[in-house]
Amino acid sequence: MEIVINGRVLEFSADPRTSLLDLLRDHLGLTGAKKGCNQGACGACTVLADGERINACLALAVQYQGRAITTVEGLAEEDGLHPLQRAFIEHDGFQCGYCTPGQLCSAVAMAGEVERGLPSFVTEDLSADAVRLDHDELRERMSGNLCRCGAYNGIVQAISSTMGNELA
Amino acid sequence: MKPITYARASTAPDAVRLARTTAGAKYLGGGTNLVDLMREMVERPEALVDVTALSAEIETTPGGGLVIGAAARNTAVAGSRTVRQRYPMLARAVLAGGSAQIRNMATVGGNILQRTRCTYFYDDAARCNKRVPGAGCDAIDGFNRMHAILGGSPACVATHPSDMCVALVALDAIVHTDGPDGSRSMPLVDLHRLPDGRPDIETELTPGELITAVELPALSFAARSTYRKVRDRASYAFALVSVAAALEVADGMVRDVRLALGGVAPKPWRAWKAEEVLLGRPATEASFFAAADAELADAAGLRDNSFKIELARRTIGAVLAELSGQRA
Repeated sequence: MEIVINGRVLEFSADPRTSLLDLLRDHLGLTGAKKGCNQGACGACTVLADGERINACLALAVQYQGRAITTVEGLAEEDGLHPLQRAFIEHDGFQCGYCTPGQLCSAVAMAGEVERGLPSFVTEDLSADAVRLDHDELRERMSGNLCRCGAYNGIVQAISSTMGNELA
Repeated sequence: MKPITYARASTAPDAVRLARTTAGAKYLGGGTNLVDLMREMVERPEALVDVTALSAEIETTPGGGLVIGAAARNTAVAGSRTVRQRYPMLARAVLAGGSAQIRNMATVGGNILQRTRCTYFYDDAARCNKRVPGAGCDAIDGFNRMHAILGGSPACVATHPSDMCVALVALDAIVHTDGPDGSRSMPLVDLHRLPDGRPDIETELTPGELITAVELPALSFAARSTYRKVRDRASYAFALVSVAAALEVADGMVRDVRLALGGVAPKPWRAWKAEEVLLGRPATEASFFAAADAELADAAGLRDNSFKIELARRTIGAVLAELSGQRA
């Protein structure tokens, strides 16, 4: 089986029950994506599949053959930091850091969803073409990523600062 | 560990053939529920037939309705311009479920066939008639805040967890299936069974039968519809009570209405009795609450969830008032 991880084509073989998260962490040594709840409730395992955010813990690796997976290790160009990573540092978007890789991947994909005009549950006018990413929209769209330290204010500030409409 | 096989179907007949010729096979969509249940050993398939490559098209029908391929991801349904404009309650219901990550993975077919999140169903140290027929039910006298107030039985009070299905049953959705005996269609509201004595049998589907699509008939007044979900936190939680409703008012009277409830019953609950009360009545708060009372007349609370009866009543009233333009 073949899978593309952070731009590199890799061969793998795994039991069909192996999750994408276990493939990344245990078979490929990419420990950025974290195993929090292992049941899709916390978002610490969030990675991108062809640019879309998913919970790697609920994804069977065999289903992602031929797909392009991006983990937190692959967000930045070369050795630098992704602008969102810098913003997390600047705005104290973490305390223990365990949820951070998932928050980062999730927010990067969220930016794409907003750009495509995808509504959220709190979007008042579902037929509108464009989304205005206010405070409520941002929090709703990031609700699949829990932070047990409660660094939410910093996380919201970090994300909004990189999306061109910094929130008060 | 028991071995397990995996095969990816390219068409519905291919999937049905794979499932028929492989012992212990289960269809696999996005995996957001089945993978979790396999990990908890609640589901123990010997073979997985991946149906995510099947039709995910969302297309309008000649009659003005909409057909949604069963492999369509929840995100695609909520993002569909047609769904957002013509069936806003469906878009809003889908967006009320799970998280963005889950919605990117979960398919329409899998959403319909997801299992209850009753914690006793998941916990193999607990008794559960759904998991082990005849074992008994620890939820009835246990922690049952999330459980049913309508349609439950002494054997099972678990709720169906879907938001999407609540909107679909309100919209008279038809489910198309393919199976060893050919293809057929049925109203979604008839697909899920009430538990009675056999909560382990959850749907009318026969072994190997596969949901291939969901069809929404044209319903012009559904453009004025919504979905309200009441839950223990503002986002990413299952419903305590939810209401999907579409309302058509002419000259102050209810000309037509569609109403369904979530979080309160073992299946997505079409509120037929409430609809009957509303038809032809003045579109007033008094009518809305009379309708809610009719629907909830048979509701029965358990130790922790009696509050849901009044909560459902108020939510029905509020949603209908909102749709009639009387109150937000």
